[in-house]
Amino acid sequence: MIEVRNLKKNYGDLEVLKGINLTIETGQIVAIIGPSGSGKSTLLRCMNLLEFPSAGEILIDDQDILNKTVNIQQVRENIGMVFQHFNLFPHKTVMENMMYAPLKTKKIEKSEINEKCLQLLKKVGLEEKADVYPGKLSGGQKQRAAIARALAMEPNTLLFDEPTSALDPEMVKEVLVVIKDLVKTGITMALVTHEMSFAREIADKVCFVDAGNIAEEASPADFFTHPKSERAKLFLEKML
Amino acid sequence: MLKHKKIILIICFLFIFTPVAAFADTGVVIPHDFMPNFVIGDINLQFGRILPYKKVFLNGLSNTLKITAISLIGGTVLGVLLSIAKVSNIRILKLFAQFYTSIFRGTPLMVQLFLVYFATPQLTGYDIPPFIAAVVSFSLNSGAYISEILRGGIESIDSGQVEASLALGVGRRDTMFDIVIPQALRSVLPALVNEAIALLKDSSLVSTIGMLDMMRASQTAMNATYLAFEPFLVVAVMYYILVMFLNFVAKELERRLKKSDRS
Repeated sequence: MIEVRNLKKNYGDLEVLKGINLTIETGQIVAIIGPSGSGKSTLLRCMNLLEFPSAGEILIDDQDILNKTVNIQQVRENIGMVFQHFNLFPHKTVMENMMYAPLKTKKIEKSEINEKCLQLLKKVGLEEKADVYPGKLSGGQKQRAAIARALAMEPNTLLFDEPTSALDPEMVKEVLVVIKDLVKTGITMALVTHEMSFAREIADKVCFVDAGNIAEEASPADFFTHPKSERAKLFLEKML
Repeated sequence: MLKHKKIILIICFLFIFTPVAAFADTGVVIPHDFMPNFVIGDINLQFGRILPYKKVFLNGLSNTLKITAISLIGGTVLGVLLSIAKVSNIRILKLFAQFYTSIFRGTPLMVQLFLVYFATPQLTGYDIPPFIAAVVSFSLNSGAYISEILRGGIESIDSGQVEASLALGVGRRDTMFDIVIPQALRSVLPALVNEAIALLKDSSLVSTIGMLDMMRASQTAMNATYLAFEPFLVVAVMYYILVMFLNFVAKELERRLKKSDRS
């Protein structure tokens, strides 16, 4: 369970997050949506401390990860992240990309990791691309490989930062299918996305972020049919 | 990656030892008129007369290659450390690396060489062999240049690469050495070869501290034969061939690296 309490982040005078409160239950799928520049990505990146918040608390399973005594590396091992621009390592093959972090951080036999990674590749439909360098993959394949890489660490939570925004339209679906399959495994998920129909389909909860605040928090059915806030109404009109 | 490490090691090995082995006295006697004399009007080029100094030239070649290769390795190790200091968040390290670079780029290499070879013994009371002095000063100097090249390379790597690695739970140091530096090295390879070429040519400065390198060999031949054009032309051609060889190695490496990543 992730609890974000009164989270604030500023860059100099610019206040990006103005006191966010958000709870993500274990196994819950939370879609974070909102206009660009509203702070969605920053909020997500605070949850694995790629950005360090200026104030507030982030409790993961009742442990405040902003506490100086907490081992950030260990926290990150349990929280996978998938990026908009994939960020695969171009000098490593797909398999090497996946095996790198487990080999570095876990005390498991290499052959065991290898087998696990092969299974994951099969799951995302890339088993024949194991020894290919990322430069030779299409956008959709890259993102599926990146998801498999995150899963190779066996995290209990996955953060998706606009996973389909950098893809050509015809490749969006193959990635969404993979994410949908993950939902069934019971993994906890926070998903920043502009794919409204997808968010509506898979999310248990929708958070509408506007100008550094959570303007609305509701079930997808309520949010997409009867948005309460004016901003959300305007936003949805533009999107749909 | 392992494959590349091997290739680089083999190249270093070849660079140091092959020429030495290949040029060592093989017992083949080359007749003195093998290199004919050229006579065009008043110009009389007597290459045959410097042929007896073949061994001197080959010893010089061997020393030049040794100094260049060892200094290059020393300079690269130093350069990597300094470049990491330059991109680190530790202020004192950063300042030190910047200061170091400004000193070694801001003074002539020959002055540095003389400071190490002539001035240090005055302070410590111990003589430094010319070879050690040369390797130390060239390593210190090229380390400064290489660190600047690498800093540029490291800063050119997309921050998403670091974020991806950190997000996977990998530490900062492993991320630097496994993810950032290998990619940075690729992008700065041409610049590093330029540095190697510059170092090879600058190694001719060791002739000023009495070490027998290629340059010194041609001076020796000149002093004994009173011929200037012939020995210096020979040594110029030798430097040129070495530089062309380095160019070839760099092109080959680049080609191989390109094969593996096209993104």
